[in-house]
Amino acid sequence: MVENQTARPIRVLVAKPGLDGHDRGAKIIARALRDAGMEVIYTGIRQTPEMIVEAAIQEDVDAILMSILSGAHMALFPKIIELLKQNEVDDILIAAGGILPDEDIPAIKQMGIQGCFGPGTSTEEIISFVRNNIQGERLSVEA
Amino acid sequence: MKNIVERLLQGDRRALARMVTLIENELPQAHAFLAELHQHSGQAQIIGVTGSPGAGKSTLVTRMVRELRKQDHKVGIIAVDPTSPFSGGAILGDRIRMMELAGDPNVFIRSMASRGHLGGLSTATRDVVRAMDAAGYNPIIIETVGTGQAEVEIMRTAQTVLVTMAPGMGDDIQAIKAGILEIADIFVVSKADKPGADQTAAELTMLLSLDPNRRQSAWRIPVIKTSSLKEQGISELITAMHKHYAYLKESGQITRRAQRQLHSEIQNLIMQAVAKKLQAQIDPEEWDALIAEVTDRKRDPYSVADSLQTRIGLNSSL
Ligand code: B12
Ligand SMILES: Nc1nc2c(ncn2[C@@H]2O[C@H](COP(=O)(O)OP(=O)(O)OP(=O)(O)O)[C@@H](O)[C@H]2O)c(=O)[nH]1
Ligand SMILES: [Mg+2]
Repeated sequence: MVENQTARPIRVLVAKPGLDGHDRGAKIIARALRDAGMEVIYTGIRQTPEMIVEAAIQEDVDAILMSILSGAHMALFPKIIELLKQNEVDDILIAAGGILPDEDIPAIKQMGIQGCFGPGTSTEEIISFVRNNIQGERLSVEA
Repeated sequence: MKNIVERLLQGDRRALARMVTLIENELPQAHAFLAELHQHSGQAQIIGVTGSPGAGKSTLVTRMVRELRKQDHKVGIIAVDPTSPFSGGAILGDRIRMMELAGDPNVFIRSMASRGHLGGLSTATRDVVRAMDAAGYNPIIIETVGTGQAEVEIMRTAQTVLVTMAPGMGDDIQAIKAGILEIADIFVVSKADKPGADQTAAELTMLLSLDPNRRQSAWRIPVIKTSSLKEQGISELITAMHKHYAYLKESGQITRRAQRQLHSEIQNLIMQAVAKKLQAQIDPEEWDALIAEVTDRKRDPYSVADSLQTRIGLNSSL
């Protein structure tokens, strides 16, 4: 019995898509979510869309959190979303953060990616965002 | 929609992933599903890899799996990392080292936090092994951090136990003698590209030759030097693994190990049921009150345990 009235820990995937080596933010988020009682699968840097989607499936996570500062988000996000669709994954919270220019945010949200968090976001905000946006039925996992 | 068991048996990765979630969360449905899966399991070779934190286990597993994939094995990996006792959360980072396996649909990697399972971690890992086994993964490799507890867990689950040790990591050979010697089927001196590997291997070999139990056994525990960095010793290790499996079968040990494990599994299930009952029927305030009475010497632990046993339906022993 950990947090948020859930009978089990929330499981999240923290991933760094593409060739982006900026991993400070991802590591800070991973630690903050662990300290908030979540199980965080951290994949490390240089993840292809295929790796991210396959890991999310195998690990049966409640959320995919992508951190990207390289500017390649508009090339990578659509591929990831497409692969999730192909695999009929539709109950996972998908969120992103890093350097995401304001003008790209509407298009990112349009893809079904919730929450775009830039530099300076507090870890409290990220924790409560994850807790509040995970799809309710996932926490009572049905077969 | 077809049921989760059918989908799992047909190799649906999402069904397997969800089954593992049911197991991990100790949900009541899991047992009914696992009961069905049991008939379809028993095919896989189950390998445990243990050793100190940072000994190179995940990297080694990755190299091993790459070799096994050449032989067209469909491999399951269970990577266990500790749950933080403070927050109940965990960072499961073994995938970082297994990156080159990611994206291969014939390699199923599941990271597990040790959590505070009622039935112990071994119950959960064994159930996950059962599910992977029924889904057609063979071999199944379990990576655990080598703490005293994990060693017991791996003994209860694996058929072949690899104990890894890196040179110059302060892994004092004498200290290791105690617990780990009994559980190893194969010793791996990892990171053999580093200085001191030959000495570590020599000391281990020496230690093994002095062990009287070992001299009676038909299985000679090999000491294998591997370097994941330089990709050395990996195929020797795979060969040793196959040899150990053949030995287990020929000697009948495989059945004896399985029987021992099933015995402890059934015992564990009963203990788990008792623990659940206790949790459901005696609330924290009552515990506090009882403990206060025992602290004040108004009551004693034995009579308290006895009355609680009666409450949850176990016969009085007095
Ligand atoms: C430190 C830094 C580096 C370090 C990185 C060290 C490391 N291991 O991380 C070094 C020096 C190596 C580096 C290198 C480069 N960098 Co640099 N770097 C920065 C810098 C100054 C800070 C990034 C940082 O660590 N911030 C601290 C962390 C904690 O913040 P964060 O990552 O933003 O994360 C927070 C939020 O964004 C949010 N968040 C982040 N991800 C996610 C995900 C989710 C799901 C959620 C909910 C929230 C969330 O939460 C975090 C906590 O608040 C930024 C500028 C800036 N102000 O951001 C440039 C910056 C990111 N770098 C930049 C560039 C161009 C590079 C280089 C290409 C430079 C070069 N020419 O060599 C290389 C590329 C390296 C590589 N392999 O990818 C550019 C990127 C431009 C772009 N995207 O268009 C930036 C923006 C600088 C700039 N203004 O030009 N860099
Ligand atoms: N020189 C050398 N370094 C290695 C070798 N194998 C692994 N390492 C390094 O050792 C460190 C730990 O490797 P891991 O594979 O993560 O070790 P682990 O035992 O799985 O670690 P935990 O799961 O955290 O206990 C990493 O920095 C690896 O790069 C090797 O063969 N040679
Ligand atoms: Mg590891």
